[in-house]
Amino acid sequence: MNDAWMTVLRRDLLLALRRRSDVATTLFFFLIVSSLFPLGIGPEPAVLSSIAPGVLWVAALLAGMLSLTRLFATDFADGSLEQMLLAPQPLALLVTAKVLAHWIVCGLPVVLLAPVIGLQYALPNDALLVLVLALLLGTPALSLIGAIGAALTLGVRGSGLLIALLVLPLYIPVLIFGAGAVAASQHGMSAQAHLSLLAACSLLSLVLAPMATAAALRISVE
Amino acid sequence: MMGTRVHSAMRPLSGIALTSNMLSAQGLACIRGDRVLFRNIDFALAPGGLLYVLGENGSGKSSLLRLISGLLVPETGSVSWCGEKVKRASESYQSDLLYIGHLNGLKDDLTAIENLQISGRLAGCHTDIPSALAALKAIGIERCADLPVRVLSQGQKRRVALARLWLTKSPLWILDEPFAALDTLSVEILASHLSHHLVNGGMAIITTHQDVAIYAQSMQTLRLDS
Repeated sequence: MNDAWMTVLRRDLLLALRRRSDVATTLFFFLIVSSLFPLGIGPEPAVLSSIAPGVLWVAALLAGMLSLTRLFATDFADGSLEQMLLAPQPLALLVTAKVLAHWIVCGLPVVLLAPVIGLQYALPNDALLVLVLALLLGTPALSLIGAIGAALTLGVRGSGLLIALLVLPLYIPVLIFGAGAVAASQHGMSAQAHLSLLAACSLLSLVLAPMATAAALRISVE
Repeated sequence: MMGTRVHSAMRPLSGIALTSNMLSAQGLACIRGDRVLFRNIDFALAPGGLLYVLGENGSGKSSLLRLISGLLVPETGSVSWCGEKVKRASESYQSDLLYIGHLNGLKDDLTAIENLQISGRLAGCHTDIPSALAALKAIGIERCADLPVRVLSQGQKRRVALARLWLTKSPLWILDEPFAALDTLSVEILASHLSHHLVNGGMAIITTHQDVAIYAQSMQTLRLDS
């Protein structure tokens, strides 16, 4: 694999390792938000399992977005972003390395934690499996699309809220297909169509988002 | 070859140098907001050439350097490298270029040596631990190699960033205030390394407010005062 690409990926993972609190924040946010609903709504299994797909996906969306502001902001502040822009590598390629690191740090733990949370919502086993699969296929799209918002709001005051306004509407398809997949399997239908569409969302954003992010970064750094 | 000091009068390039210009700029202008920082900037740099960009604070020195390195797009005019106009994000130009700006580009949570290895690899040169250590030793901070950059002083951080100059093979160096925050000894080390780079046919564009002796075959001064 490309040396600079690996360097960026390893650097971001190493930084996450040195600053574990950042990672923990995302994970605990997901954990707490998704645990609040059963406490607030009550222990009725039928109600809980019917709201589970939507609630878990929304919690995953919001948790992923919490860490988006940091995706490029620290690199921007300390000048590493300039050096990335001047590296003799396509910027879009380096962006994919950063997004992959973000997904490994913020997306993957949510995917792995989801079945445990799903148990609180009385989800049956096959629905839990579909939930994990759907999150696995859909969360990369969240990181990729989120990177565009993070790049566009770089250096802007109150960027956290602005990212939410920019990015959340773009998350809607992923939310619909993701929650739809789990709901379909709950009702005994095949989730394959939803999962395929989720994978399509991720692939499409893998093609388009890094280029859009790179263009946005160049504008932000000017 | 001839030694010159900063603030010396502009020396005309020799006829030979003019035909072998590597870097040239034509009619560069920069507008930030509604303020014109500078316009009609022309210069040409041949191998071994050094360009000093002088001017008071806020006169647009850093903007000019960012413009030449491709981080900024000029309002008008263009920069040419090896006779070809530099397009935005041109990989061949960027691999020949080393830019160190105001910001050091160091990660506070990583050690000096990790930072140096990362910036070296990102710039496309294979950087192993011995070569990174040698670079830190050259600028006199090998003692700090395993310390996180967070705990280093301003001058030490600057030296870690500048240690890249001992690793790179890029012919064109663009340095924004490289001597700021450095102690006297480090300034001398850096100046002699710059001279060495220029003697070997490298090129450099620097801004500085300090009086530093750098030896160059041809030295030009660009004033950005309005």
